[in-house]
Amino acid sequence: MTQAIDRPKTKTLQSSTFTNLKCRECGTTYDLGAKHVCEECFGPLEVAYDYDAIRRQVSRETIEAGPNSIWRYKAFLPVATDDPIDVGTGMTPLLKANRLARRLGLKELYIKNDAVNMPTLSFKDRVVSVALTRARELGFTTVSCASTGNLANSTAAIAAHAGLDCCVFIPSDLEAGKVLGTLIYDPTVMAVHGNYDQVNRLCSEVANTHGWGFVNINLRPYYSEGSKTLGFEVAEQLGWELPDHIVAPLASGSLYGKIYKGFNELVKTGLVDEKPVRFSGAQAEGCSPIYQAYKEGRDFITPVKPNTIAKSIAIGNPADGIYALDIAKKTNGNIEAVTDAEIIEGMKLLAETEGIFTETAGGTTIAVLKKLVEAGKINSDERTVAYITGNGLKTQEAVSGAAGEPLMIEPKLESFEHAWERANTLNRLDWQQTQV
Amino acid sequence: MAVKVLIPTPLQKFTNNEATVEIGGDNIVGLLDTLESKFPGIKARLCDDKGELRRFVNFYVNSEDIRFLDGKETALNDGDEVSIVPAVAGG
Repeated sequence: MTQAIDRPKTKTLQSSTFTNLKCRECGTTYDLGAKHVCEECFGPLEVAYDYDAIRRQVSRETIEAGPNSIWRYKAFLPVATDDPIDVGTGMTPLLKANRLARRLGLKELYIKNDAVNMPTLSFKDRVVSVALTRARELGFTTVSCASTGNLANSTAAIAAHAGLDCCVFIPSDLEAGKVLGTLIYDPTVMAVHGNYDQVNRLCSEVANTHGWGFVNINLRPYYSEGSKTLGFEVAEQLGWELPDHIVAPLASGSLYGKIYKGFNELVKTGLVDEKPVRFSGAQAEGCSPIYQAYKEGRDFITPVKPNTIAKSIAIGNPADGIYALDIAKKTNGNIEAVTDAEIIEGMKLLAETEGIFTETAGGTTIAVLKKLVEAGKINSDERTVAYITGNGLKTQEAVSGAAGEPLMIEPKLESFEHAWERANTLNRLDWQQTQV
Repeated sequence: MAVKVLIPTPLQKFTNNEATVEIGGDNIVGLLDTLESKFPGIKARLCDDKGELRRFVNFYVNSEDIRFLDGKETALNDGDEVSIVPAVAGG
């Protein structure tokens, strides 16, 4: 550990840079409360900023001198406090993936590795750190969420750290690691007999009647802004330059849109030079409503019932689906889908070439990256970033059986030698098979 | 015949802050008309100028999204529960 446990405070003399909530559809503005839906047209509310104020407050140097967490970008985030909840979230490695790049036929590939984001090993810690900081500011004492697993882990953990009461809702069929990884923080866990979309609807109804801060419902405008830091960090880690092409998983479509917004905000505030960035999105075939709409040239999403091992991105009724479609089209990107078998191969490929054990969502992203390169939809000389958003230790069920077995031996040299010879023979056969 | 309708927060100002109302309607179209007659102004929030349901509103009948049923024509029976839910949530 290189950092103190009592993390340095993010004290600044900056004033707030966010001004109001604004409907993305009709432009109606609202005050900065716990509200996510436009009362006029039901459109999503989004946080608006004073970019001139941000431009005056930050420079590359002030950001680089800030905390080693998402809070180095506090001027771009919708919280007023000088003392946000900082549990070390963000500033995850941007790994130059040379071996995977060679395998795929790319010249310059990077992995943004949120499989090791803190404290709960997924990108969700970014959005939850922002949401719970804002929840505290707005006076909530109980926080909640509808989750496919990672968000429940993160909300429960960061609520524990912040001393907030917590009640989370998950589908009852989640992977064991994701359930245990929530229960350990001692929230109330509601395991709902239904899929994520049903959990989400139930939570919208609960949010109507209970005065709780639901991070991805009534706090959603604040929460979702946390994902912009995935755009900010990649640009900073590339030496304050934007990449040529990014590939990210699509569940609700929110993360994808916020990376786009993050890049644009850096351009708007003069921190990076403007350049086109192509945005490609990854879905699992068993839950691919955004891909289906993209393929059929529709500008609306038809919901589906999920059936895939990629449970963390199994959202059949994606809230930001239409915005994701729009971004893919206007950036000359693509949206692609892969089978469960391809997802497992994607997880293995990333592990074997780069030493990163990602979950099924990451397997989806790598499998789609591979598919797009093979189809010539990512050029070999594009500087490409693939976003890995979760950790494979949480979804062990998906690859157990696909990753092989240990060789069981006796504590004797002879037993080892015998097994070693056998393993090498098997490896050789494998190798010969792939040559055929 | 009456069905129970769950009203989302942004519309509760039309329903005297009631989160649920009991009203009649043979199908979703009929339900919208009944809602409008009882709570004037509410329909314009749920439907666009052409009378189509707004794209950021979801309707559920007994927990099933009407897009998996018969859409606006989905039939309603006595005792059904209709939930009107903003589409923008989750993820």
